[in-house]
Amino acid sequence: MSLLTVRNLSLGYDTHSIVNDLNFTVNAGDYLCIVGENGSGKTTLMRTLLQLQEPLSGQILIGDGLKRNEIGYLPQQSVVQKDFPASVQEIVLSGCQSRCGLRPFYNREEKRLAEENMQRMGIQDLANRCYRELSGGQQQRVLLARALCATQKILLLDEPVSGLDPKVAAEMYSLISKLNKEGITIIMISHDISAALRYASHILHIGNKIYFGTRDQYLLSNTGQYFLLQQKGGEA
Amino acid sequence: MFEKLALYLQYPFVRYALIVGILIALCSSLLGVTLVLKRYSFIGDGLSHLAFGAMAVAAVMNLTNDMLLVLPVTVISAVLLLRSGQNARIKGDAAIAMISVGALAFGYLIMNIFSTSSNLSGDVCSTLFGSTSILTLSKKEVWICVILSLAVIIIYILFYNKIFAITFDEDFSTATGTKASIYNLLIAIIIAIIIVLAMNLVGSLLISALVIFPALSAMRIFKSFRSVTICSAVLSVICAFSGIIISILAGTPVGSTIVAVDVFAFAICCLKERISGGSLR
Repeated sequence: MSLLTVRNLSLGYDTHSIVNDLNFTVNAGDYLCIVGENGSGKTTLMRTLLQLQEPLSGQILIGDGLKRNEIGYLPQQSVVQKDFPASVQEIVLSGCQSRCGLRPFYNREEKRLAEENMQRMGIQDLANRCYRELSGGQQQRVLLARALCATQKILLLDEPVSGLDPKVAAEMYSLISKLNKEGITIIMISHDISAALRYASHILHIGNKIYFGTRDQYLLSNTGQYFLLQQKGGEA
Repeated sequence: MFEKLALYLQYPFVRYALIVGILIALCSSLLGVTLVLKRYSFIGDGLSHLAFGAMAVAAVMNLTNDMLLVLPVTVISAVLLLRSGQNARIKGDAAIAMISVGALAFGYLIMNIFSTSSNLSGDVCSTLFGSTSILTLSKKEVWICVILSLAVIIIYILFYNKIFAITFDEDFSTATGTKASIYNLLIAIIIAIIIVLAMNLVGSLLISALVIFPALSAMRIFKSFRSVTICSAVLSVICAFSGIIISILAGTPVGSTIVAVDVFAFAICCLKERISGGSLR
């Protein structure tokens, strides 16, 4: 069974639907990139996958022994966070929250896990620094380390490089790719189609036309070629 | 001056006022950090005006213990206000403003129409500014206050990590399996209790000050959530203590003196931030 199976899913708010009849599967080890124009429902899809909002209809099945609290999430930054007085360590450690259940304090195991993931992201030197004083790239690494504390299996990333300069963005992409090679399944929203095509194993295109398939199939498909052409036109 | 202070401290009502004042200041500052960061600074204002309205109704109905009406009403409204956060038709700040002034108006109206007291403006003034009520606490009220405050502090410590997680990122917490909505409910209930308690201390107009000033001051100086919380609590206790002492010695109104000290502390913290350029851990 796949890690994640989506069947006939319709997304939207209230009764207004944005995306209809979505079908795709994600297997362990996949690197799925979700692309599409602004407002096409990429973030809504991700929020629905995370059960932050209800689908209008359809099913999301999780399998392969994946539990609800084993999903890591890297959200887009909110206004609240930009100005938040918290140390890096506090934030990374808060990723272990779902492991605690009702236990009020973190145990040694969880502190070690936080330490490990900070090292993995190369931010152990920043452990006592204040989050709001870090650069955008560093902040993303902190949030990624937090997400890794919550999961060993699957990461959902919402525009992980938005607002980063190209060099830092490239570092971020290679970091994510490294995690994927270590066996973590990645589902990423991106409007950066060239990066999506460089790293992803599968592409989900949502918008007027819905397309799901491997990267190579996508490049040959009509939807893919049309979208690529449009993006190039937009950049030129 | 110290002799005068020692003399006053012999009276039980002064000691009660100090105990209650310090406990309330401690509780409100703990929750204040979360509320300020969640952009709910004004919830204290809204809820306390609501409590004022409920108090007016209780007074008219001649309830002997108005807590029975005021506390449930405030708790329910706090739950509704904090829950309506994201997807409400009327956004959080507007909802709070609406309820706040609405309750204030109706409270005064009811008091005015049905009042049995001869000194109406005095009554209203003391509910709004808490002028002397803290100095007239009975032993029973002090005990209620002590028990509720201790409960708030214990709950806060037990759920500290969860409160941090959902304050920083509610979506992430929910997505990874923490029941954020339940903890939001808990925060709402606690803040309602604190506000009802604090009405005795500073009155319903000045409560927001107790909630937001210590938190804002602490955020000027400290950079981690834990140190901000601790500093905010310590600062709030110091301000409440010195405020009450000053008000006794100088004969000024208790509530506004405490708030004035809080403002002063905030100014010092801002100055400190300017001079040192910030970075303490």
